[in-house]
Amino acid sequence: MLQLRDVTHAYDGRPVLRGVTLDLAEHRIGVIGANGSGKSTLARTLNGLVVPDSGRVLVDGRDTRRHGREVRRRVGFVFADPAAQIVMPTVAEDVAIGLRGRGLDRAEIGARVDAVLRRHGLADHRDHPAHLLSGGQKQMLALASVLVTEPEVLVCDEPTTLLDLRNRRVIERTLRALPQQVVLLTHHLDALTGFDRVLVMDEGRVAFDGAPEDAIAHYTALMDAGAGAEGGPRT
Amino acid sequence: MNAAGLYVPGRSAAHRLPAGAKLAVLLAAVTVVVAAGHTGLALAAAAAAAALYPLCGFGPRRVGRVLRPLLPFLAAIALFQGLAGEPEAAARVCAQLTAAVLLSGLVTLTTRVAEMLDLFERLARPLRLAGVRPERVALLLALTLRSLPLAASAWRAAREGYTARGLRGRPHLMVVPVVVGLIRSAEALGEALTARDID
Repeated sequence: MLQLRDVTHAYDGRPVLRGVTLDLAEHRIGVIGANGSGKSTLARTLNGLVVPDSGRVLVDGRDTRRHGREVRRRVGFVFADPAAQIVMPTVAEDVAIGLRGRGLDRAEIGARVDAVLRRHGLADHRDHPAHLLSGGQKQMLALASVLVTEPEVLVCDEPTTLLDLRNRRVIERTLRALPQQVVLLTHHLDALTGFDRVLVMDEGRVAFDGAPEDAIAHYTALMDAGAGAEGGPRT
Repeated sequence: MNAAGLYVPGRSAAHRLPAGAKLAVLLAAVTVVVAAGHTGLALAAAAAAAALYPLCGFGPRRVGRVLRPLLPFLAAIALFQGLAGEPEAAARVCAQLTAAVLLSGLVTLTTRVAEMLDLFERLARPLRLAGVRPERVALLLALTLRSLPLAASAWRAAREGYTARGLRGRPHLMVVPVVVGLIRSAEALGEALTARDID
């Protein structure tokens, strides 16, 4: 269970989260919103990457402010740009590095790495240079690198933004099939089909919270109204 | 092949040898060849090092690729030593360098980065007494390797932007985008490391 209690956060004095309170227990939760609406910051608070200026974020009762490491072991995080998540030179090594320092012996690490690579179609690329994979393969690697640590929750910050339609479908299908609780931030509204709950973020607040169809309708109306107003693209 | 274009999977004896043993043999061989200061020995060592490549499953092209970056230095050494009237010294130094580079190339070609990290982590354990965390030493090595393709990518992106905007003759304009790109990559990588609980 993820809980946010009156969470407020600002970057350089610019508020990005304004008193957000939520209980997130559903299996599939979507988060949509315009650029700069606060959804990425909201996601980052869930795994302790961002500690809010005020308020509390609890993961199974553990406060991210005091139990950052424990929280990060429970909540995996996948970013939009898979290239930025690659740490090690080869595919298998990149998956394995997340298991270092967890008290596993080499054989166990090898077995878990092999299993996750097989499950996500990367077994043939085991010894390939990770940075030479295609965009879709890189994102699958990023996902595998997180899933190998067996987190209870997976937070994905626009994981399909940089992908073509085919790779988008592959990643979305993979996310749907996961046993973990998934919080998916996306601009691809069709990815939210079948989700249990969708939040619409606007100017640091939860502007809507409900079923996917209603949330998408609310978001679309919000964006249409915004696009009609004067001014250039928002940050 | 790894990020630096080095490791190549294989089943040779060198691939199976532990990283520590390979580094120890490398250190011993280079020390003997340099300390002996014997031209014949240096030439034999260079030839032997080259002969090890096919035994480990690598063709002559690989030998050429490993030596290519060294060639300008060998040429400069040969030229200066030759001009100084010391052709034997030129042959000796060039052979010593060739042997050292070929042997170290073979170590990196046959050793996974993860094995190297494990080794460095073990070697760095005594540094714990000085407050250094050995796993951080290993991570530093991994990130150094990772930074090579990141730097190349930042450079490529800046050059493409420069070219696409029709700029020419002012390559210094690429410095800022490259630096900004590298800083952004470093920030993103740092965030990813934190998110994956790697520190």
